[in-house]
Amino acid sequence: MSGDFPGGGGQTSRAASLRTPLKRALGLGSGKTGTEHFWKQRVTAIILVPLVVWFILTLLSLVGADLATARGIIARPWNAILFSIFLVTLFWHARLGLQVVIEDYVHQRALELALQLLVTFLCGLGAIASLYAIVRIAFTA
Amino acid sequence: MATRERPLSPHLQVYRPQITSTMSILHRITGVSLALGGISLVWWLMAIALGGEAYAFASKQWASPIGLVFLFGFTLALVYHLLNGIRHLLWDAGWGFAIPTAYKTGYAVFVLGFAITGLIWYCGLRGGA
Repeated sequence: MSGDFPGGGGQTSRAASLRTPLKRALGLGSGKTGTEHFWKQRVTAIILVPLVVWFILTLLSLVGADLATARGIIARPWNAILFSIFLVTLFWHARLGLQVVIEDYVHQRALELALQLLVTFLCGLGAIASLYAIVRIAFTA
Repeated sequence: MATRERPLSPHLQVYRPQITSTMSILHRITGVSLALGGISLVWWLMAIALGGEAYAFASKQWASPIGLVFLFGFTLALVYHLLNGIRHLLWDAGWGFAIPTAYKTGYAVFVLGFAITGLIWYCGLRGGA
């Protein structure tokens, strides 16, 4: 035995890692997602910073406007595009945030799973319903 | 199996509230509130898309006292989450972690938050009335 491994058992176990090269390259850890959630939350946050400012200014320009004027403002090409990006990013960011809040505070597995599904469903619905409304305004204004 | 009382580490409620921890919790509370408020945003867009009675009904709700209080709360939560979110992004970039800086930016978020919310409502009420 000592003829095959001159350094003894200690050295052998130090040299041979149980991690496969693929596992190390992917760097996903035991959670299987690595930093993806963290990163997407930051990317959506950065997109939302200028869009929230734009959104508040646009809403202020809509105060007191009648329906035709409001539709006309939302239907402008850039406004329709930015509204779409804003709402999709907002619901994406909301889903990521709510997911963490549920993970942190809901300790009953069945309830947690149900809430996660509900949040995912509602955020998806919110984003798609917003897009539907914006497209409808843009094409009928 | 024996169940002995085991010593616990000091739990959350023994700590005096600090601005840093309070703001962290507020960031979550405003985030959850904004997500729920986001549903009303979809409802508002839908009302504009449908027009007619749906729009008239939505306009009446927004202009009601409850609607205005809701809108004011939404504005405050949005501005707070935006400013504190920028504070978080600066931390992520590695800036502002020193305790005195974290306190200064924290107070700045509160002061700017109320100031910007006030400014938005000043413009809104002046333009809309």
